[in-house]
Amino acid sequence: MVTLTKPDFVNEETIVYCRPQAFNDVTTHYCPGCTHGVAHRLIAETLDEMGLAEKTIGVAPVGCSVFIYNYFETDFVEAAHGRAPAMATGIKRVLPDRIVFTYQGDGDAVSIGMAEMMHAAARGENITVIFVNNAIYGMTGGQMAPTSLPGMKTTSSPLGRDVELQGYPIRMSEMIAQMDGAGYVVRRSLHDPKNIRMAKKAIRTAFEVQVHGLGFAMVELLSTCPTNWGINPVDSLKWVEDHMLPTFPLGDFKISAEVAGIKS
Amino acid sequence: MAKELIKGNVAMAEAAICAGLEAYFGYPITPQTEILEHLSARMPQLGRAFVQAESEVAAVNMVYGAACTGARVMSSSSSPGISLMMEGISYIAGTELPAVFINVMRGGPGLGNIAPAQSDYHQAVRGGGHGDYQSIVLAPASVQEGIDLTVLAFDLAEKYRSIAIVLTDGSMGQMMEPAELPEMRPVKRQQTDWMVSGTPGRPRRTLSSIYLEPIYEEKANLRMFKNWQTICANEVRYKEYFLDDAEFVIIGFGTSGRVALSAVRAARAQGIKVGLLRPITVSPFPTQIIEELTARTEAFLVVEMNTGQMLEDVQLAVRGRVPVEFYGRPGGVVPFSDDILNEIKRISATKLKVDTNPRASWLERALATG
Repeated sequence: MVTLTKPDFVNEETIVYCRPQAFNDVTTHYCPGCTHGVAHRLIAETLDEMGLAEKTIGVAPVGCSVFIYNYFETDFVEAAHGRAPAMATGIKRVLPDRIVFTYQGDGDAVSIGMAEMMHAAARGENITVIFVNNAIYGMTGGQMAPTSLPGMKTTSSPLGRDVELQGYPIRMSEMIAQMDGAGYVVRRSLHDPKNIRMAKKAIRTAFEVQVHGLGFAMVELLSTCPTNWGINPVDSLKWVEDHMLPTFPLGDFKISAEVAGIKS
Repeated sequence: MAKELIKGNVAMAEAAICAGLEAYFGYPITPQTEILEHLSARMPQLGRAFVQAESEVAAVNMVYGAACTGARVMSSSSSPGISLMMEGISYIAGTELPAVFINVMRGGPGLGNIAPAQSDYHQAVRGGGHGDYQSIVLAPASVQEGIDLTVLAFDLAEKYRSIAIVLTDGSMGQMMEPAELPEMRPVKRQQTDWMVSGTPGRPRRTLSSIYLEPIYEEKANLRMFKNWQTICANEVRYKEYFLDDAEFVIIGFGTSGRVALSAVRAARAQGIKVGLLRPITVSPFPTQIIEELTARTEAFLVVEMNTGQMLEDVQLAVRGRVPVEFYGRPGGVVPFSDDILNEIKRISATKLKVDTNPRASWLERALATG
């Protein structure tokens, strides 16, 4: 574990920002302006605040965040593409007193791993899913995702997503919310500080749901991909607000009565 | 424990429990469903994990997750379901984890049928999924052996951090025979330096099959292959019948080996000096004993319930030194011992030449007899 050394001139009272203990001191591999780093940090802060890092096992996806385990000071396993909820199920069923979370992109969670996600939710697996939706395949170089917007140009929808031929974006949170096994399903966004703070709160709740054994918890995070969207990082944040929010409205889609109980 | 009349699938399921199975994940498919059904009742009863997954794809990835914790974990399926599991099996192999699978084979390819077959031999012994790896493959020929080899599969998987497959078929899964279950072993999760557990007070652990730098993947491949060489050197198992004075040797595994034994006994009664070699481990393959037999055998006859898959491994061991003949019943057909007896008679009465393509000559005979 990395121990933070504090310069002599810094008093406890003046530390306002440092690397979470659950984070490793490594250089990011993400592109400039990508919000994966923000999402990672929110999870790390949450694990710190709740004192969970040492009893947590993360399940990494396939996609840009395939190397998420490099950043976390927790045990991690690496799943096959889309299978993280199934793998997390296997871990949680034999280690029910540990904290198990998956971190998955839209290709992983909504396309190839749709079945594993839906059924983990239906079974009410006591796992936490952080689902990062940036409406595009990042790692393979900008192809159309199941969450790509109508008309959106990608390397596999070069003329723009034609809904007649390529279908409509899938709203995962709304679907998962229909599952009786899901205790907590919300969508947040990482496009400005206010929303980032709301995302942090949701992530904390999603882990609390697991600590209390109240079923499947998922936080969908609207995220950016400046590289594959072909726009700069600042405009990307604006693009989330202008283009993604209308299709993927923020909100709480499922808060079970038990979960409402721990929140209040 | 006393002998009891028990069905093959149930016997293997209960044997897994006796061996300390901590978690089972599966999906129904004929003719192996009794394994899942039996465990659906027994595992919760014993406070152990059971999940009927939404697919074989999910089941194998649940196995993958549980295997990462060092738990004794298993899935079972039949041919089409095992094909679906191949993605996860490759990942488990690539992460060098122990896991046990039972394949109760049925006729194929495709949806095929639900009758006994041995046509997944290549898939099982050559790896099956993508990438460079091999699995330990055990082939029982009786309900008792199904029990014994299921227990052994767990021990070998754990010993070598390897996948161990019990490769059997619908007739073994469905038949009832008197058999004895082993003593119940306690569930004991191995404590290793690789398993993930979310445990405080030690450096974090990562389990992954990814080696982005080819040089490291190459190292991993070499490490896995070295492990495989150790398995080959130590874990070959087979059973010999009437080989001491045998002029002709039949080689068959599982059900076809069992039927061949009846034919061998009948042929012996007629004065034909024929013996049987029945591989227990079809992977690693008992190459050395076949090489030794080559020096004192006039000809081999390979009998399988497929179109000649293990045949290739026998040919590699014999290396053209004596004739190798083939008799197969693919598609879910189980040969009668009389069919094999006729083959024994044909071989013992014919001056055989070293045939470079016994499959082709077998096919001609098979098509001619309809």
